[in-house]
Amino acid sequence: MKSSRVFKYGDNVNTDVIYPGKYTYSLLEPEEMARHALEDLDPGFADKVQAGDVIVAGKNFGCGSSREQAASCLKYAGVRAVIAVSFARIFFRNAINQGLPVLSSPEAAEKLEEGDRIEIDFKQGEIRSDRGVFSFPPFPDSVLGILEAGGLIPYTKEKLKKERGTGCRS
Amino acid sequence: MGKTFSEKILGRKAGLEVRAGEVVTVSPDYILSHDNTAAIIKEFEKLDISNVACPEKLVIILDHVVPASAEKYAQNHKSIREFVEEQGIPHFYDVNNGICHQVFSEEGFARPGGLILGADSHTTSYGAFGAFSAGIGRSEVASIWATNEIWLRVPETIKIELKGILQPGVFPKDVILKIIGREGADRATYMAVEFGGEAAKNFSMSSRLTLANMAAEMGAKNGYFQADDVTLSWFEGKETENFEIFVSDDDAGFSDILPYDLSSVVPQIACPHTVDNVRPVKEVEGLVFHQGLIGTCTNGRLDDLKQAAAVLKDKRVHPKVRVLVVPASQNIYLEAVKEGVMETLAAAGCLILNPGCGPCLGAHQGILAPGERALSTANRNFRGRMGSRESEIYLASPATVAASAIEGKITDPRKYL
Ligand code: SF4
Repeated sequence: MKSSRVFKYGDNVNTDVIYPGKYTYSLLEPEEMARHALEDLDPGFADKVQAGDVIVAGKNFGCGSSREQAASCLKYAGVRAVIAVSFARIFFRNAINQGLPVLSSPEAAEKLEEGDRIEIDFKQGEIRSDRGVFSFPPFPDSVLGILEAGGLIPYTKEKLKKERGTGCRS
Repeated sequence: MGKTFSEKILGRKAGLEVRAGEVVTVSPDYILSHDNTAAIIKEFEKLDISNVACPEKLVIILDHVVPASAEKYAQNHKSIREFVEEQGIPHFYDVNNGICHQVFSEEGFARPGGLILGADSHTTSYGAFGAFSAGIGRSEVASIWATNEIWLRVPETIKIELKGILQPGVFPKDVILKIIGREGADRATYMAVEFGGEAAKNFSMSSRLTLANMAAEMGAKNGYFQADDVTLSWFEGKETENFEIFVSDDDAGFSDILPYDLSSVVPQIACPHTVDNVRPVKEVEGLVFHQGLIGTCTNGRLDDLKQAAAVLKDKRVHPKVRVLVVPASQNIYLEAVKEGVMETLAAAGCLILNPGCGPCLGAHQGILAPGERALSTANRNFRGRMGSRESEIYLASPATVAASAIEGKITDPRKYL
C-alpha cells in the first residue's frame, strides 16, 4: 500500500515561509499552528494536506531561524515525513526532536513528483514508489526511539521512568 | 585513512571508533544557556522530574536583555534566578558579567578537548580553544539537563587553509567575511569547519573567536582551531585540568580543503540582508548610515575596542551618526578603562553601553527606525534583526565602523591607519 501523497517544493525552503515569524509568539495551539503551515510558500497547503502526506524538497530545507515551530507545525498538519536533498542543521534536529522524520535522499528528491504515492520503510531505510525504490541512511536506534515516542520531550520522559540517564545524579 | 578532529573527539566521548555520518550518544562537559533559560525551564518541567542531573554542568549567563528593559524580561530573569537557587547550580552569571560566549571563555569553561553544547547558535565559538561546541534547540537542552546525554551526528569537515599575512587595516573579521561571501551561507551545513594552515598559528585567541563564532554563518555545526602555544598561553594562571588536544590527521578524510591567502584580503563588508552578501568596503564607500555598533560576541573584545580607538583618537564621530560601544564583558570593560581606550572612544563621542548583547538582537539599547541603516561589528544582518523590517544592517570590522563613523558614511579604514 503506497499511502503517502507527495507535495513537492524547491531548494532553500526557509523557516519563515514554513512558519511565519509573526505567529511564533501569538499562536500556541497545535490546530491553529497547523492551519498556517507553509503559508508563505504554498497558501493552499493547509487545506489540501491530509494525515500521512509527505513533503519532498531540494537542498537546505529549513534554513534560517532556529524556531522549533517550523518543525512542529508540519507535524501538527499531519505531515508524515520530509524528504529532501539536504536539511539545515538546526531544523534537522528540531524535526527529529519534534517527532517528524526528515529523510535525506537526493535521488528520491529528484525523481518524485507532486501527487506521487509512496511508502516509507523507516527500519529498512527505503522509500518505495512507482518511480523506483530509493534508499536513505536508516536512523540509528537512538534517533528511531525519539521518532517513535513522538519527540524528544515525551521520549525523555518515558526514559526517565525506566532509567536515570548517564551519571551525575546522586 | 586518518581521522578528523571531530571524529576523534566524538569517538572518545562516546567510547567508540566513529566516522563522519555516524550518530553517537554523548555526555557534554558543559551546557550553556542565557536568557532563554526561562523557556528551557518550561520544557524541563514537562519531564515530570524535580532535579537536573548534573547541576555543575549547567552554565547560565544572563546577557541578552540586561539589565531587564521591560517587565517580561525582568520576570524571565527572576524565574531563572529562582531555578538556579532551587537546583543549586554553581555556575550562574547574573546581568553584570557580559555576553555568554565571552564570559564562558573567560571563566575557562571552553578548553581544548571539551564537548560543549549551548542553546545559542554561536556556541560554535569555543572551537577557538580546540573544543567541540555546537548550538542546539531548547527542548534538547531541557532533555540534557535531565539525562546528561544527547545524540550527535559526527560531522564531515571542511578545512580552510590560511596562509600569508594580513595587510595593515585588514582584520580577522575581514577574513571570515571574505570566506563566508565566497563559500555561501549554507556551504558548511551540518559540517565542521576547521581553520588551519600556517597562518592560523598567528591568530590570537580573540581572532580565533571571531572566526569560530562566524562559522555558524556558513551553517556549520562547529568551528575548530587546533590548540597550540597561543591557546596554552591564554590559559596561563587559569585551571588547565581536563585538557586533551585532538588534532586532525594529515590524511584525514576532509570533504574539502579550501586555500585562502590572507595577503590578498582587503576590508570586507556584508550587505543586507544575508551574511554571504559580501563585497570589498571600497565598492560601497560613501553610503550614509545612522548607527554604528562596536561590540557583540564577534568583535567586542579589548583588541577590537583598541582598533576602533586607534582610528578615533583625537577625532569626532560625525554629527549625523551615533556610535554605540558595547564591551563584550565586564572584564574587558575594566581593562579598556584602565588602558584609556574608553576615554578615547567617549571623547570621540561614542556612547558606551554596559556589557551584554545590547542592540545586536534588536531587543533594546538602540533599535533602528524604518529607513535607518546600521554598520555593525556583529555576525548577523538578517532583515529586521536590529529593529524595523525597513532598516538595513551592514557588517564589518571595528576599524571600518570607526573610520566610517568619522566620515558619516561607509569608509575604507586603511586611510586612517
Ligand atoms: S552578541 Fe548577538 S550574536 Fe552574540 S550572543 Fe548576543 S545576541 Fe547572539
